[in-house]
Order: sequence, then C-alpha cells, then structure tokens
Amino acid sequence: MKIELPLAGALFAVAAAAVVYTSFTLPPVLSTQNGWRGTAMVQVELPAHRKALQAANVVPEAQPPADLANEKSSVAYENVKVLGDVDSAEFLRIMTAITEWVAPEQGCTYCHAEGESLASDTLYTKVVARRMLQMTLKINAGWKPHVAETGVTCYTCHRGQPVPAQIWFKETPPPEPAYAGNRNRQNQPLPVVGDSSLPHDIFEPYLSKATEIRVESAKALRTGPNPSIQSTEGTYGLMMHLSQGLGVNCTFCHNTQNFADWKTSTPQRVTAWHGIRMVREINNEYIDTLVGAFPANRKGPMGDVAKVNCATCHQGVNKPLYGVSMVADYLALKTGK
Amino acid sequence: MPEYQNLFTRVQIRGPAHYGVPIKDRTYWRRDGEPFYVYLLGVIGNAQIGPVYLGFMGSASLICGLIAFEIIGLNMLASVNWDPVQFVRQLFWLALEPPNPKYGLGIPPLNDGGWWLMAGFFLTVSLLLWWGRMYRRARALGMGTHVAWAFAAAIWLYLVLGFIRPVLMGNWGEAVPFGIFPHLDWTAAFSLRYGNLFYNPFHALSIVFLYGSTLLFAMHGATILAVSRFGGDREIEQIVDRGTASERAALFWRWTMGFNATMESIHRWAWWFAVLCPLTGGIGILLSGTVVDNWYLWAIKHHFAPGYPAVFGTIVDPATLPGATR
Repeated sequence: MKIELPLAGALFAVAAAAVVYTSFTLPPVLSTQNGWRGTAMVQVELPAHRKALQAANVVPEAQPPADLANEKSSVAYENVKVLGDVDSAEFLRIMTAITEWVAPEQGCTYCHAEGESLASDTLYTKVVARRMLQMTLKINAGWKPHVAETGVTCYTCHRGQPVPAQIWFKETPPPEPAYAGNRNRQNQPLPVVGDSSLPHDIFEPYLSKATEIRVESAKALRTGPNPSIQSTEGTYGLMMHLSQGLGVNCTFCHNTQNFADWKTSTPQRVTAWHGIRMVREINNEYIDTLVGAFPANRKGPMGDVAKVNCATCHQGVNKPLYGVSMVADYLALKTGK
Repeated sequence: MPEYQNLFTRVQIRGPAHYGVPIKDRTYWRRDGEPFYVYLLGVIGNAQIGPVYLGFMGSASLICGLIAFEIIGLNMLASVNWDPVQFVRQLFWLALEPPNPKYGLGIPPLNDGGWWLMAGFFLTVSLLLWWGRMYRRARALGMGTHVAWAFAAAIWLYLVLGFIRPVLMGNWGEAVPFGIFPHLDWTAAFSLRYGNLFYNPFHALSIVFLYGSTLLFAMHGATILAVSRFGGDREIEQIVDRGTASERAALFWRWTMGFNATMESIHRWAWWFAVLCPLTGGIGILLSGTVVDNWYLWAIKHHFAPGYPAVFGTIVDPATLPGATR
C-alpha cells in the first residue's frame, strides 16, 4: 500500500515530462492583435523558431550593375526567345544571377551544354529555364494583385537549388486489391496538412484543378443540397497548407466568427484568393505543359512534373523573403526589357 | 480527522463478500463469478469485484460491441499495412471512414464505407442491448430506471450523429468517422460547414448543461466530502432523517448564496443537467444542414449574434468582381 501510490505518481510524472519535452515549444509565445477586440484575431509568433526562419530567408546580394552595351540581346546572341529586348550586357548580368539563384554548383553548363554554342537547346534544363522566365515575367506583370510591386525572381522558389525544396507531385491511387483499410486519402500524419488527420490529397484538386473551395452556405436556411462534410474537410486540409506554408494563423485572413464572410475578413484574404488562382495558372500553363521536356527521373510516380504550392515561394513566411523585392535590382524580369 | 478530508478512501473494510440481495428473477441467467478484492480499486471505489450478471442482453451486447470494435480496429490495422508498430504510432490518426457521399444511402463497396456501415450497425445494436440490460437489471432490483433513461439521452445524440441526421440528409457520408483525431476533425469541419456552431442556440444550451454539470458535480461532491465527518456521506439516510451533516451543508449554502438544494433535489439537478446536455446537443446537430445551413447568418437574422465593425476597410469578394477568374 505504501509503495504503489508514490510509484504510480513517479511513473506518471516521468511520462508527463517526456510528453512535455518532446511536444512543447520553448516559450515565450508572442501574439499580436490584428482585428477588432474580442474577436481573437491575433498572430502568434515563436521567437524560438524565428532565428532559423530568418536565416533561411535571406536575399542574396545583387549582381553589380552592368555597363550597357546598347545592343539588344536578341541581336547580340542567337536563339533568344525571352528577354530579347533587354540590353545584352543586362541580359548577361541576369544570366549570371540565374546561375547563382538556380545552379550555383553546376554553373552555366547546367543549362548550356558543354562544348556547344550558347544558342543550343540540347539540354532540357534550358528549355525549362526559358519557360520559367516567361512565367516569371507573367507573374511580375500580370499577377500584381498577388505579388504587388515586390515581384518574384527565380530565387523566390529555387533558393540556390536546381529543384525548389517545396514541390508536389500527383498522388498515386491507393494500392489494389484493397478489401479493408481504406484511408480515404486522409488520416495520416503528413506535414502538408500540418500533421493533422485531414485529407492530404489537396494539391491536385485545388491547385491544379479548380475544385470549389467554398463550402459554407451563404443562406441562413437550407435551400437544397450543398457541399458535404467530406468536401469541407478537403477545404480545411488546403487551408492547413496555406497556414503552414505562410507561417500564419487562420485569423491572418479570416475573422473566424464567420469564415466565409468577406466584409470582416482581412485584405490578406483577397491577396490569398489571387494567389490560389496564380498557382493554378502556374501549374497548368507553365509547368504541366513542360511534361514532354523533363526526363523520367525528374517526374513523379504518376509521370507528372513537380508543381508549386503556396510554400514553394513562401517557405514559412507570409511575405516571401520577408517582403524584400529582388526584382527592384532586375527590372527586366518585370518589364521584359 | 485528516482521513475524512482525503481525496482517496483511506480505510478499506474486508468482511465476507457481499453477494447481493435476493431477487425474484425468472430468467435462466444468474449472477456469475466468485467475488474477489482489488486494493487499488478500493482506493477509488469498492474493493469487491463481482459477482457479475451477464444475461442474454449483456452477452449479446458484448458480442456485438466486440464485432464493431474488431471491424474498426482491423480496418485501422489494415490501413497501416498490418504493421503493429505503425498501428500504435499512428493510432490517434487512424479511422474507419463513412462512405463516400456519392453512394447516398445505398450500400457502398466494402472498402469504401461498407465496413463503416457494418461497424455502425453492430455498435448500435450493442448500445441498444446494453440499454435494455440497464433497464431490466434496474427493474429486477426494484430500482427506478433513471440510469437507463440517462443513458438513453447519450444514445439519442449518438443516433442523431450516425443515423438520424445522415438519413434525413440522404447520405451516409454525413456521419462521423470512427477514429480519435478524425472524429475531432469531423467536428471542426461540421462547425465550419454550417457557419460556426457557436451560433447554434442548441449547442449553446448543450454547453450550459455540460459546464453546469461539472459545476453541480463539484459543488455536490465537495459538500458531501466536507460534511462526511458528521455522517454526510450516508446521503440516503439523510434524505429521510435529516441529521447535523445535512443541516450544516444546507446552512453553508444558505449562508453563502441564500439558497440550498436538498439532499434529494441536488440529485435531480445533477440528473437533469447531465441528461439535457446530449438532448439539446442532439437537437442542434439534427437541425444543422436539414433546416439551418449557416448558423451565423441565422443568428444575425434573429438578432442573436452581434455584428463587428469592418476594421479593415471595404473588403470585397474578388470572385464577384467583373472578369474574375473562378
């Protein structure tokens, strides 16, 4: 009698300490109010994580300005299909920057085949890079509701790596024959949905296809069949990705009193709405169309090309690279000239 | 007298085992098992274990419950490719999901909700049989059937979630998955889908009775422990023969808040609060999607919820602007 209770208490204390140590974040947790009082609209920040996040989101130094050659790149070089109106010296400067942003270890020969003319399109990487430049120009000029004047460069996603770290492929269908144990593409602790048990097959339906994200009714009373609980869980899963990818809470965009209502939402929700449409266009117009160019070893299990989601650019920060505009040093990536 | 104030029972009395009062039981079943004592259980309750009455309904309920438990557990195990280590590691995430909404109320394929339907059937049968057992055993002992009806309130909420509402919605896919985190995600998604359940007045009532139950439980438990040194723990005797414990407890509450429940009525308070929690909650769930589609908008319409000022300026749904992409 005298031993059992203290022993049980000690075992409980050890177990509790193990749970606290392995699953808790080091305090303090800072919160900033960003909405009307009483609506619990706060942004939570963890100083314990801040340092690593800041170190991972530093903008590289810009290339020194070029002395203009007063000759268009399309005249100076052969086979220039993008940025042809740019001064050839600035063109070379951008090429140097791209090498640093995308293939710093592999160098120019990552795209320009060794021993061949610079005009040669032998390597698939060059074909892809050209399309990606067209994409960058389109984003900077045509998606200002999302990227504003800050814009994007190759570095926003690539961060010095030929393949960006945050990418996704189409999911493989569940294995056959399956008479039991259907997970319904959820109930698996995966980082894409913040280790929750929400559906993890969220990218293809919402960021390639235009599956309806809105599930909440705009009418107080029922008027007819409306989105199911399971499609609501899909939307919820996508929103977990947005939250994780941007390092923000739900209340960064929504007044959670009523998620669907735009009037009490923050301006960031409008930015995000455009961002989702931008990502769909990137994936459909600029990436999936390259499926013939990529070699098999770069493709996913379903034979598709690596695609982008919110985290590809944002990488845990609500403004990629903390909102520092790299395009300001490379205006040709916005204007095309 | 520190023993009387301890949270655990300090004195365990061991006499000959108590076999229970004789009853006029006409059934074939009897109370089974030789009683024995467990010290640790004696710390929190009665140290005597058994005898147990299984009966037809008890046995059938346990068998049906075991079938449901096995269907759910083996499906979870199959979902991690029969790996026991992963089963333990991912247990809180695993689930047996209801059918895909496209099957409506039809019979879905076995691995796309069929197992769920079967597990739900056996679990429901098990619960109803257990309810019958509660009712019949109470009757056999000459007791009231209060326990059975309180249990029925919980079964009502269970049936609303997994049977009545899905049938009214015409879709098994509306029901709750069997799983720890998945059923919590279902709950959160339900609130998101129907415009924030906090604006559902029946949800509000349910919370009142839930928290009210804990408050009453704390007040009653504390009161009885506090007067147990005067024999207050002999509540039943004190109902009919009010002693000094009962009078002190009553005076304490009249002193502190001007009103006191009686030794008997406090149990009515507790019973009604506990029973009304799932009863009102079930009504709130039942109305969601069948009648009310957005509780927030409903609450605004009926001046039940306040509006908040738009502090971010005019935010317009971009999808409503001309030329917007979908």
